Amino acid sequence: MIREPLIFEISDKGKRAFGLPKLDVPEAKDAFKDLAVRAEIVDFPQVSEVELVRHFTRLSQQNYCVDVGFYPLGSCTMKYNPKVNEKVASLAGFTAAHPLAPPDTVQGCLEVIKRMQDYLCEITGLDAFTMQPSAGAQGELTGMMLVRAYLEKQGNPRKYVLMPDSAHGTNPSSAHLAGYTVQEIKSNDRGMVDLEELEKRMNGDIAALMLTNPNTLGVFESDICRIAEIVHAKGGLLYMDGANMNALTGMVRPGDMGVDVLHINLHKTFSTPHGGGGPGSGPVGVKKILEPFLPVPLIEEKGGRFSLNFARPDSIGRVRGFYGNFLVMVKALAYILSLGPQGVREIAEVAVLNSNYIRKCLEGVYHLQYDDATMHEIVFDDKFQKDAHGITNLDIAKRLIDYGVHPPTMSFPSIVHGALMIEPTETESKRDLDYFIETMKTIAREAEETPEVLKAAPHHSYVRRLDETAAARNPIVKWERSKTS
Amino acid sequence: MYPQNYYFTKDHEWVAVDGDKATVGISDFAQKQLGDVVYVELPEIGKHLDVHQTVGTIESVKAVSEVFSPVSGEVIETNAALNNAPETINQDPHGKAWIIKLKMKNPGDLKALMKAADYEKFLEGLAH
Amino acid sequence: MSYIALSEKDKREMLARIGIASTEELFDCLPPAVRLDRPLDLPAALSEPELVRLMETISERNTYGDFNSFLGAGAYAHFIPAVVDSLSGRTEFVTPYTPYQPEVAQGTLQSIFEYQTLICQLTGMDVANASLYDGAMAAAEAVLMAHRVTGRKKVLVARSLHPQYRETIRTYTRNIGLTLEEIGFGECGGLITAELESKLGPDVAGVIVQSPNFFGVVEDLAKFSALAHGPKALFIAVVAEAVSLGLLEAPGKLGADIVCGEGQSFGLPPAFGGPYLGFMGCTKEYLRQLPGRIAGMTKDVDGQRGFVLTLSTREQHIRREKATSNICTNQAWCALRATMFLETLGHDGLREMASQNLHKARYAAKKLSALPGVKLRFSGAFFNEFVLDLPKPAAAVNAALQAKGILGGLALQPFYKDMDRSLLVCVTEVKTKACIDALTAALEEVLR
Repeated sequence: MIREPLIFEISDKGKRAFGLPKLDVPEAKDAFKDLAVRAEIVDFPQVSEVELVRHFTRLSQQNYCVDVGFYPLGSCTMKYNPKVNEKVASLAGFTAAHPLAPPDTVQGCLEVIKRMQDYLCEITGLDAFTMQPSAGAQGELTGMMLVRAYLEKQGNPRKYVLMPDSAHGTNPSSAHLAGYTVQEIKSNDRGMVDLEELEKRMNGDIAALMLTNPNTLGVFESDICRIAEIVHAKGGLLYMDGANMNALTGMVRPGDMGVDVLHINLHKTFSTPHGGGGPGSGPVGVKKILEPFLPVPLIEEKGGRFSLNFARPDSIGRVRGFYGNFLVMVKALAYILSLGPQGVREIAEVAVLNSNYIRKCLEGVYHLQYDDATMHEIVFDDKFQKDAHGITNLDIAKRLIDYGVHPPTMSFPSIVHGALMIEPTETESKRDLDYFIETMKTIAREAEETPEVLKAAPHHSYVRRLDETAAARNPIVKWERSKTS
Repeated sequence: MYPQNYYFTKDHEWVAVDGDKATVGISDFAQKQLGDVVYVELPEIGKHLDVHQTVGTIESVKAVSEVFSPVSGEVIETNAALNNAPETINQDPHGKAWIIKLKMKNPGDLKALMKAADYEKFLEGLAH
Repeated sequence: MSYIALSEKDKREMLARIGIASTEELFDCLPPAVRLDRPLDLPAALSEPELVRLMETISERNTYGDFNSFLGAGAYAHFIPAVVDSLSGRTEFVTPYTPYQPEVAQGTLQSIFEYQTLICQLTGMDVANASLYDGAMAAAEAVLMAHRVTGRKKVLVARSLHPQYRETIRTYTRNIGLTLEEIGFGECGGLITAELESKLGPDVAGVIVQSPNFFGVVEDLAKFSALAHGPKALFIAVVAEAVSLGLLEAPGKLGADIVCGEGQSFGLPPAFGGPYLGFMGCTKEYLRQLPGRIAGMTKDVDGQRGFVLTLSTREQHIRREKATSNICTNQAWCALRATMFLETLGHDGLREMASQNLHKARYAAKKLSALPGVKLRFSGAFFNEFVLDLPKPAAAVNAALQAKGILGGLALQPFYKDMDRSLLVCVTEVKTKACIDALTAALEEVLR
């Protein structure tokens, strides 16, 4: 197979892919006086446009993506990214707008942000939203800082935050950054929050319970209202990790279930593309009691005119520059406007249908640790294959690649060993779901008959299994002349 | 398979004693659990450690584990060879892959630890 | 519009396979007391043509594009070559997931590796991460990193560091017991050396200085980094206008331990503030404390070169509350655009772009400060931004300029209370001589 070289390996002095107009003002005299100017940028690439275009076009062809096939990635909600959203996010009126422009010259941008705030309030049942956080993790941090600010104003920020042992890694790391010590609460034998345990543990030192609902097993915490009561009774707040709301849209609203603060990932439920790892957007919604502490500025509307309000004395401040990932908000707005109320509800309806269909078809083929009703995702594991043939979830995952399917999530939840966390989302066709199901059955058979094929998978990818140990032992994180090859 | 004269902790560290000097490492069971070790974080020489205080961390590709001091004392030597060859932890966990040497503060700390036979029994118990 | 891919027949077959009569049964696990019994109060669904028309209408409520604008202050208008839009718009770059399965993501991973290399080349750092959210958050992460590395709790922050960056650092450090102390700027516009010296001590984790700073003035990084290293504090250089790295000496060569900042100038439009691109690099001894994702080079089982995300044990999904940062999703696609931008411009193109910025800004400053009553406030050498002190309050002058179709710059008083007559003017390579001359003429009129 032809390997695509690094750009530095095809670079040569004097090649150029872009030209600027000639300087049309007289050069400044003594321009570099009192300035430390660099002689050159050592080894910086120089290529022609055609080489650059072929380089990236060929690189792109090495990538799997949603538009090529299914990503059954639990918790990641890899749904289809509508193209019209890309189109409207590239409108010049939006892309050229400077964030510090006088508000009367950027009313369109402010309207986009305000509409998103309002629509997310309606969808989640919360009272106010900030669109500022750049991604889910930053949303969680923001949410936990809001909790802290509120409790501080009450007189005692408290010391601990409770969360189930099945939580996504960003939950504890965000709580820690907000100045809290994390306390794990063990899930009961059904993988859910143990109400008795919660009642025992909840006290005046605990600021909040961080909950994912449905939990990371895809099971709805049906005691959610009681959970909220227990937490509120001791003056704590209920934080919901709403990164993935694909099971709930239009069916229930977190605000109606006692949630005080949550974050949403626009790059999950609201269809904005993942881009290979961002940009995302992690807006945070709050009940009225937390509203005064929201990051500044707030976008407000009066008589059809939009404005920025910086006069927020109790605000936690800023978590980033300007207002958030604006173009990502444009895409999510277009999505909500395309779907309308029925379409938004249909997200949950079909996401849960698709997931339960996969569950029914693969039950018995793969092991299920918990047998409660599941919603938009399902966590199988490798127990059958591991016990009988020494095949792990990693081997299964790598073999899926040979069949043109991206592996499911494997690294969590930590309460399931050898997890295969599958989330189809609502945009998969039955044909693609059936292909996935058949492929998983084939792989289960291969685990019995030809396990060595799985152990050496993938066989048909651009690169085969990569040595991650060597990469971590001896990190090479950039190209250097005469060093890397 | 576990050296008869070593002491062991429930967190899978081992201690070899020579007078008031204690050599500390992690057990074969622990290295198997971790997988291929890629990095070992060592403490500063001179650092005072209490029982169960963190000595440093050991990283594999997908996991990281803290090493807890089995006994109290002052760090007098660290195994710098692990910086260039962290995989030694996988290859020779009870020998060449010692992590630190301590000057013990209180030899009584050893009383709380398991001897090899007890540790092997302990491991059997974990499997169930 | 619906993106559901199931026909009615499909749904029937699936329901039958599951063994239920309708999808309603799948939601029996939801508490009836909180089930929504009404449709969501959202606008009715729009077809594609209606959606496009509506979004166009909203975008046209922005009149910003009609103005001759000299706004900078952390968001910069630069040329973006057509190849950047065309290549980054390929669906294989827009719609993939994070490259956790490297065998099917070599395109993304190799681009990240190239990006990391370019950032190291530009900043003079040994290692760089795959991106952070933006310059402000990168500055906050750098401060946290200095604290982790040194164990110390005080950080000295230049007052000439972008106000939003300082606010973000405050928000990120408030809850973990770090103290921030500001160091002022002098008449030259740069950091006051004596003040830095007096505040340095063995309790300082790091010193953070932006260059070119918020006022466009280039700071003496070599001097300040040497001072910081005295008591073994880390020196953090922040770059908000990344194009300056095409011309100015790499902060790594001037003693920086961490270099971070905003990469928006590298191929991202101003886009009302986002998505942008935080970048960060450090010297190799601190590699394991660097936050964010990192791509590394390795080989596959056939001995072929490939790339993987590496050193993941720093990150939240493994280290959880002990992680170097809570960051998960970053700005990968923005970093990709920056990579394409930098590789398109190449060595000479980037230097020329930076050089034009400098000359055009110097030309503008010369013409504007020649107007009666107008002064260049700071004497320090500047890159593509400068501060004018005006004979009238800057906000009023700006309003008058706006009536003439010109956005003259950023009035500084909301950020620096005593600078009510000061205007921060930015001139990049996109400003023609005619545009600059129009500003000069309009300002002259307005001040008459």
